Amino acid sequence: MAAGPKSEPRDSLIDQELTPAMLAMEIEAKLPGATVELEPEQEMMTVNMGPHHPATHGVLRLVVDLEGEVVKDLKPIVGYVHTGIEKSCESMNYWKVIPFVERMDYLSYFFNMQAYCGAVEIMTGLEVPRRAQYLRVLHMELNRLHSHLVWLGTTALDIGAMSVYFYCFRDRDKVLDLFEMSAGQRMHTRYFQIGGVAEDIPVGFENKVREMIEQMNRGIGQYEALLDRNEIFLIRTKNVGVVEKERLIELGVTGPLLRASGDAWDLRKEADYLVYDELDFDVPVGTVGDGYDRYRVRLTEMRESLKIIEQCLDGMPEGPWIADDRKYVLPPRSELSTSMESLIHHFKLVTEGFRVEPGEVYNPVESPRGELGCFLMADGSAKPARVHFREPSFVNLQALKDMAVGEYVADLIQTLAMLDPILGGIDR
Amino acid sequence: MPDAPGLELIFARINSEHPGAVLDTSYDRGQPALIVHPDQIRKVLIWLRDTEDQGYTFLASVHGADYMPAEPRFAVHYEMLNRERYERLRVKALLPDPAADQDRNGREDRKTPTFVPPAFDADKYKDEEQQEAEQRLAEVAAATAAAQKASGAVDGPLTDSGAQGEAAQANGAGDPGVALGGAVPPETVTSVSPATDPLLPHIASVVDLFPTAEFQEREVYDFFGIVFDGHPDPRRILMPEDYVGYPQRRDFPIGGEPVIFTRDEVTNPGWWN
Repeated sequence: MAAGPKSEPRDSLIDQELTPAMLAMEIEAKLPGATVELEPEQEMMTVNMGPHHPATHGVLRLVVDLEGEVVKDLKPIVGYVHTGIEKSCESMNYWKVIPFVERMDYLSYFFNMQAYCGAVEIMTGLEVPRRAQYLRVLHMELNRLHSHLVWLGTTALDIGAMSVYFYCFRDRDKVLDLFEMSAGQRMHTRYFQIGGVAEDIPVGFENKVREMIEQMNRGIGQYEALLDRNEIFLIRTKNVGVVEKERLIELGVTGPLLRASGDAWDLRKEADYLVYDELDFDVPVGTVGDGYDRYRVRLTEMRESLKIIEQCLDGMPEGPWIADDRKYVLPPRSELSTSMESLIHHFKLVTEGFRVEPGEVYNPVESPRGELGCFLMADGSAKPARVHFREPSFVNLQALKDMAVGEYVADLIQTLAMLDPILGGIDR
Repeated sequence: MPDAPGLELIFARINSEHPGAVLDTSYDRGQPALIVHPDQIRKVLIWLRDTEDQGYTFLASVHGADYMPAEPRFAVHYEMLNRERYERLRVKALLPDPAADQDRNGREDRKTPTFVPPAFDADKYKDEEQQEAEQRLAEVAAATAAAQKASGAVDGPLTDSGAQGEAAQANGAGDPGVALGGAVPPETVTSVSPATDPLLPHIASVVDLFPTAEFQEREVYDFFGIVFDGHPDPRRILMPEDYVGYPQRRDFPIGGEPVIFTRDEVTNPGWWN
C-alpha cells in the first residue's frame, strides 16, 4: 500500500484543497449509491524510539519508519552501554574473568559463568565433581526462573497489566534470597569457580528451596490467572509478531523465541553438558509463534525449571563441590595454616593464576534467551587471549525487524518485550 | 561433533570439489576445525550447508580472532552447527595483515611521532601541493555527500548519527583517497572508506547465505577491522561511528581514553587533544 506523496496530481476536476473525506462526500452527492473507499493520506514518518525509554528494556534505540501507525522499516541501534568487557577480560587471569562476564547479561549471570567456566574446564581438562554439577544446574535453573520472572513482570507492564509486575518482583526476590543464602550475593554471585562451585550450600538451604518451589508453583498459577484469560492481553499478543520457523533459524534465533514457533530446540536436551541428561523435564513448544505462544512457552519453562530444581534437590549426591586439582583450584582455607605446599599453591594461583595450553574452545549453554556461547582462546599464558560471547540477545535482536514490520507501532512494544533483549548482554 | 577421521573425510571431500579450499584441519580438545582459504570461504560454507549428508545449516556464531604475533595474523571463525545430529564444526579463515610492514596500527597518520629534520624549499612547494590536494578532497567529499543526500532521500530516512560515514562507504567506488592516488597527504588518509582500504584485511560476506551473520560481521569489523565485502550495512555496531582504531586487536592498548564532558568544552575547547 504505497501511498503517493501529497502533491501527486489528482483528477483535474478535483480541487486540490479538498480533503479526501470532503471529496468522498462530494462524489456521493453527485452519484447517489456510489461508495467511495477512502484511502487516508499517508506519509512516511521516522520516529526515534529510545534510547531512554522504559519500554525498550535498557538503552536500545530503534529508528522506526512509520506509515500512519504501521511500521514499515526498523533499525535497532545498539552500543550505548558498551563497556569493553571482552577486551578487559584479556588483561585478567582466568579466574578473575568470572566476575566480568557475569555482568554482561545481568539477568543470567549463572549462565554466563557456566559458559565461561565450562570453556576453561574443557580447555584444561578439569573434571567437575558430580555434586558441583548438580549445584550448578540447581542455581542455573533458579536463575532461569529469576530471569523469566523479570521478563514476565516488565512485559506485562508494557502491555498495561500493572499488578503482574509487583507479583513477579515479589517472587523474584525469593529467588534472590536463595542466592544470597548459598553464595552471599543476590546478584552477580561469582558462585561458580573453575572446577566447581565456591561453597557448598548451607544447612537449611534445601528446605528454603522446597518452600520456594511450593510458593512459586502457586505464583505461576496466579500469573496465569491474571493473564491467560485477560481480554486485553489476548488481543494484544495473539497473532502478533509471527515469523515462520525457517526464517527464525536463518536469523540464528534460539531459545524460547524459536521454541514458540514449534521447534523443540533446547541445548539442555541436545548438547551434552552438566547433568541435564539425568534429569527429567520437557521442552515446551508453541504452535503459532506469536506473542502469546512466547508467553506460554516461558511460563511453562518456569514450571519445568521448578521440576528440575526439585530433582536436583532429591538427587543431590554427596561429595566434594570443587575439583581437587591444586594447579587450578584454590586449596581449602583450613590447610593454609598447616601446609606449606597449600600456601604456595594458594599464593601462585592468586597472584599469577594458572597457565592454559594454547588452543580454542567454543562452549554453548542454553540461557533463558537462547544459545549462549563462550569462545575462549588461550595462548599459553595465564590470561585468556580472547573471550568472546555469542550473546543470544544480540543475535535475536536481528529478528525484530521481521517480527515488527507490517504491524502497528503499539504492537512493536509488545513484540520487543516478547523478544526479551537484555542490553547489557547485547552491548557487552 | 565429527571425530578426527570424519573431519579428514570432510577435508578430502571439499578439496576434491574445490581444490585448495581447505588448507588444514585441527582437532583440539574434542572440537574439530577446518582451516579454509579466505577466498574460498563462501564455497566451503555453501558446501557444508547444502551437501546432503553434511547439513551444517545453522551458523551459530561468527567471531574474529587476532593471533598476533603469529602469521597470518587475523582469523574469522564460523561456528557451524548440524541441528539433526548435533555436530559442531568450526570453520576458520586465516587472514594476513596487509599492514604488517606498516606501523603498529597500519596507518601513516598514527605512527609514533619521530624527529623530523627541518624542511627545505622543496617541501614548502610540496605543502602547496598538499593544500591543493586537500581542497580537491574536500570538494569531492562535499559533492559525494550532496549526491548521497539527493539519492538518500529516496532510500529512506533511516540514517542515524553516522550518516556521513555511511555516505563515505556508499561511495566507496568513487573514493577520493583512491582517485587521487599518491597525492593524498597523510593527514587525510583517515577519509579512506573502510570498504576500499588496502590496509585492512578483506573477506567475502556471508550475510546472503546466513542472515544471522549481519550483526556479527559488523561486530567483527568493529573490533578487528576485518572488512566483509558485500555486507549490506558495513558500519560499526557497538563502538561510536567516529571511533578510530579496532579495539579488540591485540596491539590496541587498554585505558587512557579521556572522558569527554560538554562542560569542559566551554572553558577549554578541544581539551582532549
